[in-house]
Parts: sequence; C-alpha cells; structure tokens
Amino acid sequence: MSLWEYANPKKFMETSGRILPWASGLAAVALCVGLVWGFFFTPDDYRQGSTVKIIYIHVPSAMMAINIWVMMLVTSLIWLVRRHHVSALAAKAAAPIGLTMTLIALATGALWGQPMWGTWWAWDPRLTSFLILCLFYLGYMALWQAIDNPDTAADLTAVLCLVGSVFALLSRYAVNFWSQGLHQGASLSLDKKENVSDVFYFPLLVSIAGFVALFVALMLLRTRTEIRGRRLRALMARQRGA
Amino acid sequence: MTMVDLGKYAVPVIGSYVASLALLAALVGLTVWQGARMVRALRQAEADAEAAAQATETDHAH
Amino acid sequence: MTALFWRDLRLALRAGGGFGLGLAFFFIVAVLVPLGVGPEPTTLARIAPGICWVAALLASLLSLDRLFALDQEDGSLDLLATAPLPLESVATAKTAAHWVTTGLPLTLASPVVAMLLNLPAAGYPWLVAALFLGTPALSAIGTFGAALTVGLKRGGLLLSLLVLPLYIPTLIFGAEVVRRGAVGMTATPPLILLAGITAGAIGLLPFASAAALRMNLR
Repeated sequence: MSLWEYANPKKFMETSGRILPWASGLAAVALCVGLVWGFFFTPDDYRQGSTVKIIYIHVPSAMMAINIWVMMLVTSLIWLVRRHHVSALAAKAAAPIGLTMTLIALATGALWGQPMWGTWWAWDPRLTSFLILCLFYLGYMALWQAIDNPDTAADLTAVLCLVGSVFALLSRYAVNFWSQGLHQGASLSLDKKENVSDVFYFPLLVSIAGFVALFVALMLLRTRTEIRGRRLRALMARQRGA
Repeated sequence: MTMVDLGKYAVPVIGSYVASLALLAALVGLTVWQGARMVRALRQAEADAEAAAQATETDHAH
Repeated sequence: MTALFWRDLRLALRAGGGFGLGLAFFFIVAVLVPLGVGPEPTTLARIAPGICWVAALLASLLSLDRLFALDQEDGSLDLLATAPLPLESVATAKTAAHWVTTGLPLTLASPVVAMLLNLPAAGYPWLVAALFLGTPALSAIGTFGAALTVGLKRGGLLLSLLVLPLYIPTLIFGAEVVRRGAVGMTATPPLILLAGITAGAIGLLPFASAAALRMNLR
C-alpha cells in the first residue's frame, strides 16, 4: 500500500480518524511523564541552577518549530507537483502549530536568558532566528487568509513557503554573522552532547516524543477540519447554483 | 512527591512552564473548538442538501 | 522586454509617484530618526548605517503594491501573460523599472543622508557600493511579493508583512558593510555576500514571481 493512497481525502479521513485517539493519548502521557519527571525528579545543573528545567519545554518546542516548517515545505512541494489537496491542507493545518511552537521557544528562551544575561530579551542569534521564523509563519498564515479561491491560495502559499525557506536559511546565516560582535559565547548551549548526563537526557527524550505526538494529533485534527471545510464549501456552492 | 527548591530561579522556571502550557492549551482548545464547529456546520449543510434534494423529488413526482 | 521596461519607466514618471516618492520618503526617515533619537553626533554616527538601510527598505516598499496593480486593473496583465514574451521577462522588466525609479535614486542620494546622520567619511564609498549592490535585491524580492498579492484589493499591508522578512539578509549584510567601512575595517566579505544575495535574487526570483502571476491569473 503506497503512501499516496492517503492523498485521497476519504482514505485520509478514515485513517486519521483511527490514528487520532492513539496520537492524542500518547501525547498526553508522554508530555505528562516527561515534564513531571523533568520538573520534579531531576537535579539542578551546577552552572545554570534550576533554570535547566526549562530545557524540557524549550528544546522540544524549538525542534518542532523548525521541523514543522520543513514538513510544510515538503507538503507544499507535493501540492505543487502532484496536486493532492490533502497535502496543501496539511501544510495549512500545520502552520498555527508551528507558530505556537515558535512562540513557546521564544518565550522559554527569553525567560531562560533572563537569569543568564540579566535582561528579558537579548538579540542572541538563536532567539533572533526564531523571531524571524515567527514572522515567516505569520506571513504564510496571513496569505492563506487573504486569498479567496482555495486552490489559488494553496498555490501561492506553497510558492511563498519555498521562497521563504531559502530566505529563512539565508537569514539564519546572516544573523549568526550579525551577532558575532555582540554576544560572543553567550548563547545557550542546548547541545545534547553537553547534557550527556542520562539524568537530563531521558526525560528530555520523553518530552520530545510528547511534543511530536502532540503535533501529529493536532495536525491530523486540523487537516480533518480543513477537508470538511472544503466539502462544506462545495456543498454551499452547489446550493447556490441550484 | 519531592518538593522542588527552585531557588532564585523560581520566576523564570515557573513562568516558562505556565506560559508554555497556557499557549499549548490555547492551541488545543482552539483546534478542538474549530473542529467541532466545522462538524456542526457540515452536518447542517448536508441536512439542507438532503432536504433540498427531497423537495425537488416531490416536485418532480407531481 | 526593453519596450516593457521603458513603458513602465514612463508610467512611473508620468504618475509622479515615481522618482519623487521613494526618494522623499528616504529623506523623511533620515530626518525623523535624529528627531526621535536625539542629535548627539556619536550616537547618530553609530546607527547611521542601519538607518540608511532601513530607510532604503521602507522606501522600496512604497511603490510595490502598484507594481502590477495598474496592469491588472486594465487587463494588460492578462495580455502580457498570453504574449510571446515569457512572464519571467515581464517580472525582470518590472524589477528593473522599480530599481531605476527607487533603488538607484536612493543610492545616488545616500551621501546626503549619510551627511545628515553623521556617518564617518570612510563609510561613504561603502554606503554607495552597498546600496548599489543591494537595492536590486530589494526590487526583485518586492516584485515577488507584489506578484503574490496582485489579486488582492488592499494587499499593501500583507505585502509588507511578506516582503520585509525576506529583506532581512540584505539588510544585515548591507548594514554590516557600511558599519565596517565606517570604522576603516575591510568590508569586502559582507559586500560579496550582499552581491551574492542580489545575484541569486535577480536570477531566480523572476521564476517564482512568474509562477505567482500565473497562479493569480488562472
């Protein structure tokens, strides 16, 4: 059975309907376990004190913020090449989730930075890159909202996602270049290599799994809503024509 | 449950968790609400379409 | 393609919103900043590179939503789409016309603005070089944004939201060139990166712009 079968809206609705309760359940369990474990049952870092506990939200949300954009890029390409509506709608559905993840990454990043840098906001390359990513998500969502015709909207937002991805990469490089003189060596070290200690690593993995499952559940749910929306528009158009 | 001493970092840590969980709750809430609203609207539209189809059938029968 | 370019140029000049508007806006921003920030010379000298570039970005934005609007309104955009001239060339011609009426005048006028903002003397040639090499990218990116939003009636604000984040790499490298030049450092690395972005934008974005135009005209 090929993956392309799920491009068929009916098949997608059936399959997603079956996966959804499992994804939601997994998300709830993994998030609870990961966050409770990380918050209550891990020690403080000798350098960063209890702020290291923020890692269990900051790292997963930052990872998701990027990965969701990549998923949107892939599904946009699939739409442009193979014209599967489910693909275009999945990209549309994923965007608000990506935006929320970016905001969470920004908020936790800034709050983590405050005790480290003594300021509520710092133009650290990572934080700045996420601020720019936030703008890209907003632009993408705004374009979907602005265009009436759903197929044209899908087309234009797909092109925007493509061009935006190139510029997002350029921006990341540019921001690193830009910030060289300001915050030498002050960026948070989020490398898992640094936190190789198992006592931090395992709750982090569970937390990441929880965020991924949450994304899957929310994305499926939102895509189902979009597919229903398309059917609703078709019905209403037919009624108007009748 | 071990009581956690967050020391001087209590505000950033608690703040992070509260803000993040609030944002996630808002996203989940919005998603579920939009989904339920769409199901209702679609059901309504399908019922209307049914009714309209039956009306034209009875018209043709006459 | 040259015919289209000259036509757009003439239209821009006749409408009066061509050379004048972007340039005037550039000056206005340059005047507003010291009024907002204070006249202290060392402060101004430090932020002059950034201000010049931000003013250039904003001035470039001004004429974008009219880029395709006139043609779309009177139907000539549809004609252009079916003409033997590829839409990619149309996009390039529009970009060139936009640059000649906005980016180029801005670049030439920049020494005056730099003087108002107390840019150190060493920075002037770098400012002109950076703007000259960077503003074409602004026009190309702006053309893409305009192509995306050509179907919208009040697309101006959305256009800005879409285009300004895309301007960021050019802004960062462009301002960095002037900053380094102003203190006497060699500014060639960021200048090359800036030129690279412009080359990529001019070469590749017309394809994206043409695709967007086709999607909107369908």
